[in-house]
Amino acid sequence: MAEKSQVSANYSTWPVILALSIVSAPLVLMYAYLFLDTITDTAVGSLIPDSFTLRHWRFLWETLPGKPNIWLVTLNTLIFTTSVTAVIVLVSSMAGYVLSRLNVPARGFFLAGVMVLHAFPSVTLIIAIFIVLQMIGLYNSLIGVILVKAAIDLPLGIWLMKGFYDTVPWEIEMAGVVDGASRFRVWRSLVLPQVRPGIMALGLFSFLSGWSEFILPQVLAPGGKVQVLSVYLSSLIADDNNFDFGTFKAVGVFYIVPVLIVYALFHKYLMNIYGGGSKG
Amino acid sequence: MRVLLDNFSKSFGTTKVIENMTLEVGHGEMLALLGPSGCGKSTTLFAICGIHRPTGGRILFGDRDVTDLPSQARNIGVVFQSYALYPHMTVAENIGFPLKVKGMPGEDIRKEVDRISGLVHIGNLLGRRPAELSGGQQQRVALARALVRKPDVLLLDEPLANLDAKLRLEMRSEIRRIQRETGITAILVTHDQVEAMSMCDRIAIMKEGEIVQIATPAEMYNDPRTAFVAGFLGNPPITFLRGVMANGAFAIPDSEIRVPLPVSIAASEGTKLMLGVRPEHFTPAGDIAVSGKVTFAETQGRENLYDVSLDGGPLLRSIQPVRHDVNIGDAVTWAIDSKGVLVFADDGRRL
Ligand SMILES: Nc1ncnc2c1ncn2[C@@H]1O[C@H](COP(=O)(O)OP(=O)(O)OP(=O)(O)O)[C@@H](O)[C@H]1O
Ligand SMILES: [Mg+2]
Repeated sequence: MAEKSQVSANYSTWPVILALSIVSAPLVLMYAYLFLDTITDTAVGSLIPDSFTLRHWRFLWETLPGKPNIWLVTLNTLIFTTSVTAVIVLVSSMAGYVLSRLNVPARGFFLAGVMVLHAFPSVTLIIAIFIVLQMIGLYNSLIGVILVKAAIDLPLGIWLMKGFYDTVPWEIEMAGVVDGASRFRVWRSLVLPQVRPGIMALGLFSFLSGWSEFILPQVLAPGGKVQVLSVYLSSLIADDNNFDFGTFKAVGVFYIVPVLIVYALFHKYLMNIYGGGSKG
Repeated sequence: MRVLLDNFSKSFGTTKVIENMTLEVGHGEMLALLGPSGCGKSTTLFAICGIHRPTGGRILFGDRDVTDLPSQARNIGVVFQSYALYPHMTVAENIGFPLKVKGMPGEDIRKEVDRISGLVHIGNLLGRRPAELSGGQQQRVALARALVRKPDVLLLDEPLANLDAKLRLEMRSEIRRIQRETGITAILVTHDQVEAMSMCDRIAIMKEGEIVQIATPAEMYNDPRTAFVAGFLGNPPITFLRGVMANGAFAIPDSEIRVPLPVSIAASEGTKLMLGVRPEHFTPAGDIAVSGKVTFAETQGRENLYDVSLDGGPLLRSIQPVRHDVNIGDAVTWAIDSKGVLVFADDGRRL
């Protein structure tokens, strides 16, 4: 912050702003066109739209042929994302604490193992997971894909939370124990509030990651009843019979709007992941 | 309540920190655990509050053996060096936390918090958060939180270390006042001898995990058992002269200095000795004159402090009422008060 205001005090900022604007103009233009294309029709070969239409958004009020209902898909995505987030936040906040504080046997091994799991590309596991899920009957179910997605994202979450717990002073816990609180109570009402920024950041991160997840649901839960938005979206371009670029773009916009909202509201928490540590 | 450490030992893995320590703190007494950094003071304190399990021996509160009781069941109050206030709670919530854990109804908690915050003079700060308090105020909150549930024992781990000099002075008498008013048994961990001497009924001085001497401040100052104790107490500190026994006197080889020793000191001719001379016993008023050169002078306002390098090389320190006639480099002849000197064997034992 201090650095920034110093810069603006000593230099004029408009050349910087101008340069950044020029560089980002194509991006802005692309997003503008993405949105514009969803509500207009454009003659082939032209860049200028010639008529307004809501035709591309009709997927909102009528089910497209051969596709599941969009609201069901949205609901699935919401369930999928929130469940994944809940599992990750819950497990990470506990496991991170245990790894940071308690003297568990083979702690070093756990930490290293978790790290390796995080570095492991999950795609390489997908066939094995597919077979496992099919064997235990969770193939093509939301629960199955939720568990898999949560498990794959957990290592990062656990490490992140461990990092946050490491910054909480030991004395606070000692004070709590001496004050008569049980170990669980100490965690719940004294330590957890200190790592709230971490929990918020992790929750947000998991939400965004879950919302954009494609490959796992595509392979493990492709069925119409359990489809999520990313899979729905991809099925639109995969479908050669009723290829409709306008609808594809409209669904795309529909798909990213929640992300934009969430990001606009909570982006400052996401910074905590990189800033690290609570301010107490 | 009386606290007894009975043959207490503590080691971390293979590092033995405390071995077979026995220490008794009387009911309503305030005892200082004094010692240099790393000697095991905090370790002892944490064992008393149940955060560290002893590796040997017993800990008794009154007649109750608490060795295997967890912290939660010991009813103790602890003030940590960093205060360890709960940052997300207000002052009132911080102080009330031990009572809330006990399941006391909210109304009673408020009453107790009011009572105790009156005692430590922070009644007007109850709505603030720890981050909005000065060091001294945080200190008082920590004290209030430690006292609120009427603990059997109050433990203080270097409670004044983070305060500035003036506040330290103020909190020293504050803590002592509160301890007297509540009549609570207290153990103060510190490495500051002034703190220990001014606040406590007795001092237990520790070195490398052992208690070297335990006595009242005056006793310990006048009658230290070892050179270590003598060196630890007193500010400015004592100086030591090295010499040998010669004709019933202490003599420094290659110099004129002879200090007659009492006959009670039984040391054979030629034994190596150490003579401890406190700064107040080396002044113009003593009875054994020694000459030297002033190598360092410092005024402390009311008194002046001088380092005098004797002819043979050893150093003596002198504290005297302010005077302006002596400067660095001057040759002076002052005198040691032979009744004030402390005689130690070469290994530091007092003779
Ligand atoms: N958890 C631990 N594991 C291993 N060694 C420890 C542990 N805690 C303390 N020690 C060792 O025990 C010794 C005594 O430590 P302690 O904290 O009691 O010292 P202290 O007297 O309180 O010192 P200070 O005045 O610096 O606080 C030190 O040598 C320290 O390295
Ligand atoms: Mg300590």
